[in-house]
Amino acid sequence: MIVSVSGLACIRGGRRLYAGLEFTLAAGESLRLTGPNGVGKSSLIRQICGLLPCTEGSISLSASPALADERAALDADRRLGEALRFWARLDSAPSDLLDQAIERMGLDALAELPVRMLSTGQRKRAALARVLASGAALWLLDEPGNGLDDASLGALGRAMDAHVAGGGTIIAASHFDLPHSFTRSIDLRYCAP
Amino acid sequence: MMRALWPLMRRDIAAAWSGGGAWLPVIFLFLVASLYPFAVGPDARLLGATGGGMLWIAALLAALLPIERLIAPDVESGVIDQCLVRGISDEIIVLAKLIAHWLSFGPPLMITALPASALLKLDAGTLIRLEIGLALGTPALAALGVLVAALTAGLRSASAIAGLLALPLAVPLLIFGAGALHEGSGAALKFLAAIALLLIAITPIAAGAAMRAGRE
Repeated sequence: MIVSVSGLACIRGGRRLYAGLEFTLAAGESLRLTGPNGVGKSSLIRQICGLLPCTEGSISLSASPALADERAALDADRRLGEALRFWARLDSAPSDLLDQAIERMGLDALAELPVRMLSTGQRKRAALARVLASGAALWLLDEPGNGLDDASLGALGRAMDAHVAGGGTIIAASHFDLPHSFTRSIDLRYCAP
Repeated sequence: MMRALWPLMRRDIAAAWSGGGAWLPVIFLFLVASLYPFAVGPDARLLGATGGGMLWIAALLAALLPIERLIAPDVESGVIDQCLVRGISDEIIVLAKLIAHWLSFGPPLMITALPASALLKLDAGTLIRLEIGLALGTPALAALGVLVAALTAGLRSASAIAGLLALPLAVPLLIFGAGALHEGSGAALKFLAAIALLLIAITPIAAGAAMRAGRE
């Protein structure tokens, strides 16, 4: 099992968002988290990657995760290519993986541009390229489709299909349909205590 | 985990110099040194006797200038979270920031102290003791800066609170740093080194804990 979650609860600001959450994901499975705003989709993703404490229940990961959330985490003054290479080096991923990721997210023409010049959608694509280039087996995507145009959504869908087909695992939170056929889906509304 | 130290440090040093932030402490120290003789008059004996202490005050305040951009921007942009997801602990991130912060303001400040001491008519002995004191004291000032930056990251009017927090903690450094300027004051240097060791040792742990608490 790549991810196994049992009896997980999340308390934010004194309020229990969800409780008794149970699921396991194996290699080659993808999970979509749905539910209205504020139901705890982002919190669950942050708990899985260890950014929020897990006070009740347990999470175990047997693969390294890569996270793309609403913040691109790219230095505004650096060129896009360099900013992405910084993370690729930290991940010690092979450099052709980064070139591939840049190409797949359609960022070739933007690699020399400083990050602060990028639009919202381009920034989102850059964050997704960072995940693609990490070589991590588990992708955690928080609203990956936000701000993307149709062509970029298509590219994202193809990248997700390829990752799952290659034995990777994906957990994505999205309030609209993504062009990828998820193997599982959890609506967090029904996990509220 | 330690292998992340070097890339993180290099990123911070590059950001300090390319953003121009690293020049601020240097220019500040030089400005103070060039304005001070205008304020107290050109009496070489008075300048020589008080100039060293003035340079210590300037160095201390110069160290506080970049506090705001040490940690808060990286928390906001998600860089810290991305490091944590990669298994790099808060303590390692803080250690990298501490070393990078010192490298981008300590040695430049020590070099600026050379022309500054000429402006203040410091004699050679005082200059050497000032440089030794700065070599011991600037790492402590860097540690203090990172610690306060971690404590105030994400607060509103963080820079004002940062100044209030850092200044009382920096007073011992000022006392022993300026105290070491007189001849035969080896004990003051030893106290300065002891304080520096303490601050450098607790900063990664305390600042790491502050960052962890700030994520709740």
